[in-house]
Amino acid sequence: MRGFGITSVILAAATVAASPATLAQDTSFAQLERGRYGVITGNCQACHTARGEEPFAGARPMETPFGVIYTPNITFERETGLGQWTREDFWQAMHNGRSRDGSQLYPAFPYPHFTRMPREEVDAIYDYLSTLPQVKKEKPENDLPFPLNIRLAVKGWNMLFFDPGPFEPDPGKSEAWNRGAYLVHGPGHCAGCHSEKNLLGADKESGDLRGGRLEHWSAPNIRGGENGGLADWSHEDIVEFLQTGRNRHSAAFSSMAEVIAYSTQHMCEKDLQAIALYLKSLDDEPRDQPDAPDEAVMTAGQSIYADNCSACHTSDGSGVPRFFAPLAGSGKVRNPDATTVIRVILEGARSVPTNARPTPLSMPAFGWKLDDSQIAAVATYIRNSWDNASGAISAGDVEALRQQLAE
Amino acid sequence: MPRKLPETDVVLVGFGWTAAILAQELTQAGLRVLALERGGWRDTPTHFPPTVAPDELRFYWRKEMFQDNARETLTFRNNTGQMALPMRRWGSFLPGEGVGGAGVHWNGQTYRFLPSDFEAASHNVKRYGPLADGLTVQDYGVTYDELEPHFDRFEKLCGIGGVAGNLNGDIQASGNRFEGWRSSNYPNPPMEMTFAQHRFAEAAQALGHRPYPAPSANMSRPYVNPLGVQLGPCSYCGFCEKYGCGNYSKASPQTTILPVLMQHPNFTLKTHNEVLHITRDSTGRRATGVVHVDLEGETYEQPAQIVILCAYQLHNTRLMMLSGIGEIYDPRTGEGLLGKNYCYQVVSSVDVFYEDKFTNQFAGAGALGMMIDEFNGDNFDHAGLGFIGGGYIACWTTNARPIETHRTPEGTPEWGSAWKKAVAENFLKSTSISTHGASMAHAANHLDLDPTYKDVHGRPLMRMTYDFTANDRAMTAHLTEQARRIGERMGGREIRVKPRQGPYDSMPYQTTHNTGGTIMGSNPANSVVNRYLQSWEVPNLFVMGAGVFPQNAGYNPTGTVAALTYWAAEAIKTRYLRDPGPLVRI
Amino acid sequence: MGTMLASPAFARTIAGLPWSPAQTSTPQSLVGQHFLTAAEKHCLDALTGRLIPSDEYGPGAPEAGVTTFIDRQLAGFFGRGDRWYMQAPFRDGIPGQGYQSEHAPAQLYRRALASLDAFCRATFGGRLYAELETEAQDELLRQMEAGDLSLEGVSAETFFGLLWENTIEGFFCDPLYGGNRDMVGWKLVGFPGARYDYRDVLDHNGAPVRLEPVGLMGGPQWRVD
Repeated sequence: MRGFGITSVILAAATVAASPATLAQDTSFAQLERGRYGVITGNCQACHTARGEEPFAGARPMETPFGVIYTPNITFERETGLGQWTREDFWQAMHNGRSRDGSQLYPAFPYPHFTRMPREEVDAIYDYLSTLPQVKKEKPENDLPFPLNIRLAVKGWNMLFFDPGPFEPDPGKSEAWNRGAYLVHGPGHCAGCHSEKNLLGADKESGDLRGGRLEHWSAPNIRGGENGGLADWSHEDIVEFLQTGRNRHSAAFSSMAEVIAYSTQHMCEKDLQAIALYLKSLDDEPRDQPDAPDEAVMTAGQSIYADNCSACHTSDGSGVPRFFAPLAGSGKVRNPDATTVIRVILEGARSVPTNARPTPLSMPAFGWKLDDSQIAAVATYIRNSWDNASGAISAGDVEALRQQLAE
Repeated sequence: MPRKLPETDVVLVGFGWTAAILAQELTQAGLRVLALERGGWRDTPTHFPPTVAPDELRFYWRKEMFQDNARETLTFRNNTGQMALPMRRWGSFLPGEGVGGAGVHWNGQTYRFLPSDFEAASHNVKRYGPLADGLTVQDYGVTYDELEPHFDRFEKLCGIGGVAGNLNGDIQASGNRFEGWRSSNYPNPPMEMTFAQHRFAEAAQALGHRPYPAPSANMSRPYVNPLGVQLGPCSYCGFCEKYGCGNYSKASPQTTILPVLMQHPNFTLKTHNEVLHITRDSTGRRATGVVHVDLEGETYEQPAQIVILCAYQLHNTRLMMLSGIGEIYDPRTGEGLLGKNYCYQVVSSVDVFYEDKFTNQFAGAGALGMMIDEFNGDNFDHAGLGFIGGGYIACWTTNARPIETHRTPEGTPEWGSAWKKAVAENFLKSTSISTHGASMAHAANHLDLDPTYKDVHGRPLMRMTYDFTANDRAMTAHLTEQARRIGERMGGREIRVKPRQGPYDSMPYQTTHNTGGTIMGSNPANSVVNRYLQSWEVPNLFVMGAGVFPQNAGYNPTGTVAALTYWAAEAIKTRYLRDPGPLVRI
Repeated sequence: MGTMLASPAFARTIAGLPWSPAQTSTPQSLVGQHFLTAAEKHCLDALTGRLIPSDEYGPGAPEAGVTTFIDRQLAGFFGRGDRWYMQAPFRDGIPGQGYQSEHAPAQLYRRALASLDAFCRATFGGRLYAELETEAQDELLRQMEAGDLSLEGVSAETFFGLLWENTIEGFFCDPLYGGNRDMVGWKLVGFPGARYDYRDVLDHNGAPVRLEPVGLMGGPQWRVD
């Protein structure tokens, strides 16, 4: 192009400084690719990036039931990042939850899951991270109350709940099933959200995937076998969801949006198939039938639904699959913990834009328009209409969540 | 002194349909593109979701969707013998402001101009002899055949619903047999018609016409466009034109392009930045960029290799005038081209009132209609009729928004008990047939700068001098009579004919289809831009929009505006970038 | 009304597709805002009550809260003419040039209502407009509409045009703005209100479709007892 200053996109070149740590690296293409893929399966970028800032430079606040923890800088910048860390240091963190100075890391960092990863995988991640652009960025002080601000306390937590050691395949299962189980319980750390926490913040029953609650969201039951939360999702539905952010049943938003944006949409199809295979193998106990809700509440809820919701979700609750979530049969709607349903009505929600489906179709907020009893009525209506039978929501439930979100 | 900013490859002035299309095309070609929009950011879930969208007072009557008149308006008069006075608020047309422009608040009626519309001068002269005195009609300089692939792209981008009438030359019985050939069918089926459309179609058929479903940018089903962007199905809420669509079911820049474009690293959008003028080098033959101002009054100089005007037709014309590019048209001498051939749309209607049938017109959509094309363009013999051009006749069911749409039969008082009774009785039982006709260019109708009134920055307002011409009046009378004949056969109790008579009135809403002012043509002596929408005078300046129409056609303009934009984008990508300079050499 | 969108009044570069939870650009109801005096409201009730009277077809403009609506609107950006081009010079134009008064709506109302009552007092033995017989009230409205009544300092025709426009707005607007109280305007004509989905009734084929009207903020059917 003559006489014309057109620039094409210049990708920021990775600067690799010669530090002691980097000298001991394997920077072969195969090794870096393995590390890059490991970073994807572990979804490192989502937590180690503050919104709108440099990737992997940390300082993102993580709300935990006990206070705010800021994620560290995992670029290899010398002063504020991992520049002085050796491979062994990194392994200790990933495998045992121990920092370079020997102190305990908080389990908001999912080392209880990462401990399932083999040494070679962790080394590859180390090697890959060392090639990323180095960013100098201090992380703010954590905001944790006593005694949790004493890292020593975590030691006790570890004694109670931490079970280190790499993933052990079940020889009775297929290779794909074992790969799926490894991804789900190892790098994917799905139980981090999808399992109930005990009072001390540890996954109950070591990650049963029966649903959990954190940051004022209820993550659904993702067991895919009989009676599981994903019982009516096919194998292909699970793959499509992880690949594109939506399927005929649902769309991802909030935390799961990040998982898909940074992690699963970049994973190879074979791995997604393995995850689906594994999840579909997990049966669950039948649920109790809750009591039918009050008629008057259902009547009001139906009117509110017709006037506010049907334009997208349609009058029969079937929605527009892959566009506007069906509510009939929805795992999110049927979740015994209605936190997510109430929250989405209050605040709205935005479906994750992915490479395959770039449109972030969004639900508007209703918190300004509907009062607590109206939100309770419409939530009760959708949870108990069509074939849904998930029990009533009270105005008090809505009020409580409204207050928690305002704090 | 404006603060000088780093150079970009392309600066787009305004960020509606044409800018979004260009930004998508040019970033894909590897260019760095910056769009400057004087309004704010707007998107579906925050600014016009269903929780707030169906609000007639706010969005239409208090004009939240439109350009802020307090900062800038235009002055208007019917003829040079009058003093132009400012349009103190919008009326007859409604320019958009903010991201997406008028593409957010349009109805979605999406057409391809007829092949003969692009050759309005040569075609009509050949068939009917010399044009009437005063008509300054001319050919576009680009043909339908050349634009066909670009019409096709826009229809697929938007998910237009309709029925083909001419598939590669094969006439299709249920479509519009008069349309130009199309390389493929519409990407979606037509909308679901209601009672009024069925009555219209029966009546039109009885008169020997061939009614067909209007092409619609309101989605007749869920749609994923070629960029992978998703549009939801229309729910027929009756809040299209003058409103943003709350459930992603009307094609707009937001619902077709922005999800992809806004992620592109080569694209930058700055809102609340108004371009004041185009800067040029000392030769005057090269644009060096633009000067723009933010809401705090800070001014910036934005250098660019290519400047493209993508604002509304009125604003593109005015920006050229304020930048001193080209000579402003003077109707006394016929000299000058900038502001020449300003045209509009000539509309009329026939209301139909039923005794015991309900039209329930609240269940409607912006482009829900059946129509006929027998009286459009040169689809009929004009011999002895005293005019050229024409328009379509359609029965739309767009809305029952009661502040705006409350039809009353002939002879109803304008207010009081009798008015109230008539409104109550007819609100759900009436419909209307619209005629939508071409306004042909005339030497007396033009745009220039007002000598008296200024905008918020102290610069002259645009002055519009416009009235319907003898050609327009004869055309609309003919169309109105055809509509009356259809209306009488629709099974109603009575009809009310609302012809377009008297001088053009700038206040009652008619259409936002203002055209001309920066017209295109075959040479620098008859046009402001060449057939690629490139300025003859400043080759690195391009002008998009309906301002380039040498005269208007019977159809709504958006489809043709978009096709011309894709056409220009292709010329820039495939030819201009390789050899920056005039794309047409005389 | 709930959360108002924190709309940035400053220029900015937009990255991605901005979205935040719980953010909506909500309508401004102007509830609690006033411009009119008691006397002005009294006159306005009488005027709008003749334009859309209460009769056997249902409540009229005063009962629909049109005066409340106009009062709130005049107290807001509409009354101030904030979004109208209000630069001088002001001249009388032809009808096709639209509103050309130097007064923004609120001041136009203030002057017109005062002049109208002054005119009535002088002409009808000290009586205000609101105190006249309905026939006389109608006759004055007809004269204003036709431009046959000259009011001190204001064009009666311009005022009539604005008054009639605002009366229809107040009668048919969403009830959140203070007019169309209990949706009486919508009930009169059968408009189902601020709904967003009519797919289920599209094939009505000329039969009536009965739907209770609903406002943006709901209606009785949303009430949970």
